[in-house]
Amino acid sequence: MANKVKTVNKRPNWFVRTGRGIKDWFVNFGKRFVDGSIGTKLSHFIFGAGNLYHGQIIKGLLYLVLQAGIIVFMVLCPEVNHTPYGWKALVNLRLGGSEGGEFDPMTGEMTLPSDDKLRLLFGLVTIAVIIIFILLWLSNIKSSYKADMDVKQGKKPTTFVEDLKELLDTRFHLLMLTPTMVAALVFTLLPTIFMICMAFTTYNDFDMNAQGTVLFHWNGFNNFIYMFSGQSQLGVELKARFLPVFGWTIIWAIFATFTCYFGGIILAILINKKGLKGKKVFRTLFILTIAIPQFISLLAVRNLLGTYGPINSMIKAFGWAKDSIGFLGLADGDSEILAKVMVIVVNMWLGIPYTMLMTSGILMNIPADLYEAGTVDGASKTKMFFKITLPYVIFITTPYLISSFVGNINSFNTIFLLTGGGPGYSGYKAGGTDLLVTWLYKLTIENGEYNTGAVIGILTFIITATITLITYTRSKAFNEEDTFQ
Amino acid sequence: MSSTALPQKHRSQRGARIASLAATYVVLSILALIWIIPIVYIILAAFSATRNASDEIVGTAQAVQNFFPTAFGIQNFANLFTLTFNGVEYAFLRWMGNTLLVSVVCCLISTFLVLSVAYCMSKLRFRMRKPFMKFTMIMGLFPGFMSMIAIYFLLKSIGLSGNMEHPELSILGLIISYSAGAGLGFQVAKGFFDVLPNSLVESAKLDGCSNFKIFLKIILPLSKPIIIYTMLMAFTGPWMDFIFAKVIIGSTNTAYWTVSVGLYSLLYGEYGRPELFTQFAAGCVMVGIPITLLFMFLQRYYVEGVTAGAVKG
Repeated sequence: MANKVKTVNKRPNWFVRTGRGIKDWFVNFGKRFVDGSIGTKLSHFIFGAGNLYHGQIIKGLLYLVLQAGIIVFMVLCPEVNHTPYGWKALVNLRLGGSEGGEFDPMTGEMTLPSDDKLRLLFGLVTIAVIIIFILLWLSNIKSSYKADMDVKQGKKPTTFVEDLKELLDTRFHLLMLTPTMVAALVFTLLPTIFMICMAFTTYNDFDMNAQGTVLFHWNGFNNFIYMFSGQSQLGVELKARFLPVFGWTIIWAIFATFTCYFGGIILAILINKKGLKGKKVFRTLFILTIAIPQFISLLAVRNLLGTYGPINSMIKAFGWAKDSIGFLGLADGDSEILAKVMVIVVNMWLGIPYTMLMTSGILMNIPADLYEAGTVDGASKTKMFFKITLPYVIFITTPYLISSFVGNINSFNTIFLLTGGGPGYSGYKAGGTDLLVTWLYKLTIENGEYNTGAVIGILTFIITATITLITYTRSKAFNEEDTFQ
Repeated sequence: MSSTALPQKHRSQRGARIASLAATYVVLSILALIWIIPIVYIILAAFSATRNASDEIVGTAQAVQNFFPTAFGIQNFANLFTLTFNGVEYAFLRWMGNTLLVSVVCCLISTFLVLSVAYCMSKLRFRMRKPFMKFTMIMGLFPGFMSMIAIYFLLKSIGLSGNMEHPELSILGLIISYSAGAGLGFQVAKGFFDVLPNSLVESAKLDGCSNFKIFLKIILPLSKPIIIYTMLMAFTGPWMDFIFAKVIIGSTNTAYWTVSVGLYSLLYGEYGRPELFTQFAAGCVMVGIPITLLFMFLQRYYVEGVTAGAVKG
């Protein structure tokens, strides 16, 4: 035993630190129960008892009402669309539906079976409510214990008004972050967990019973296995297309990021050239493309390059080609390579002005003495560009490069509005320019293959998370956040 | 080195500089031309018209095959304003109204959320700060779609989306789903607050100011650029977004579409009528002009925000 402690002391790694944190937490918890007043002891069972004991009436009642509310919610199980919340929702998390409904002895009729996707959702909501309950429980004990301490030190326990005032000062962050935290938990975290769960179920639109209610059950890691084993019709398609689509997503992200990045830097250098007049006019012209909503400019380009668009009419009029060229792969037989190249080119049209705008400011801030030193040493302009300008800009914009790479992996608009994923897509089959996200869209929204879509979403997340965590945590902006202040 | 060599060298240097400047002008002009071609194309299509048998100018209903139309007119705009689409009268005006409503409300809510979170993250120090920042970073890595589908189910289960009896509630659903995640996009504003000197906050604290007062009386008055940038982004978001609106409002709920979903659906999708292309172009001009003017007018603030975003990612 003593030996073990010794080794622990030698290497306090993350696990040990976490372990110690947990130990301290339990020790403190026990201490509060033992040392606390009767009110604090009671608080472990009845919310707000401690506060009431110390005369903090409003606070105590608030805790009490919240406890009562949650307990009522858990016991009575309110129903929405025949699906209960509360403890029944926890039982329902086993899913599997109830084919054909259940016999209701009160009315003597069959009830509608509840929808499994609502069962899953409500189950998660109920778990969230339980977590909130536990947090409230801890917070009420701490609040009571703090009042104990105040009394011990001869102070009066804080009044409700004082608590509110504290919210505007020392605990201001609590007031400011709560709206965002609540909104993010309900509309970002909960939906994300819901979709992660989907990946482990059999949910696709075909799992419906006669009443049109969705029924599905847990499926373990089978959806992930199907991706690579090629069972069933969808499985064959997934196995054949996953790697090509994944490969194209990465190629697209690399090209889209770097063409726009370097194109933007070059454009910025051109516009900021010494002695050039009309800088503002040029800059404004390029900013136009940022200001115009993407769906407009992308659909305009789509029609411009389309089968019946002006560019094809011009090509035919000049006799350069007999038939229209399928630049964007909108028809089935069109060239995949051409469509891919065109998507990247059109994306440059969209992205370069943005980088230009961004790097303009940075270029002007490069210390002039760097260039002076370069000139004294007799460096050529090209050499100075590669040795001074580029490293400086890249150094400053690394975080942007990473976020832009991730943004491009998830770049839905460009592909969806420009090519629709073509050439050669149909139903859940991915086309030549489909990225993982547009494929995800087709699988889920258009074809109801929610479980497979969720698997692709998780894989996309793993890819982006790996890339980001490796690069971002090493970048200066993250580690030396405080140095600017 | 002789005394005559210097001016000569000077002259040749000047010549080279002029040549390189001229080349820059040419390259930039060509690039600028390429960049505005699609925009000019849409504007020309919007103002195009055809002539009927008796040589009168009438509105066009076909996709424009040629870059320069043969006749001009404003019939497309007139058609657009009286457009009945999928059984909804004055559809385009309704879409504009819906989008305006959504963007004004979102703008107010999002700006409030973004500024409050950014201020906390930048100027206050508390226990959950680093975990919160890591949490927002991780959430940002999930494809927005994953949560979009679940948000749709969530809104549907509380009747704010796909509600047959009250289809207008999906507008509320859309506002909620746009502004709910807004607070997580605080990075640019945080970058701005980071640059404001900490000594301002500290000296105010010594004078006995509460954090709330510091935020209200000291930080906010200094934050005009970032407030305008945040408002601009939040306001233009709903005009630019396409897919969220399409899923949350629903593909059959024509009367409550936002303008981007509406214009897209004129041409593509279930009810798409490709012959409405010139009306689509007129609609694009109607949407594009105010948004573009807004951007041009607030360009300085936009550029500031973008540059800050470059450094902070």
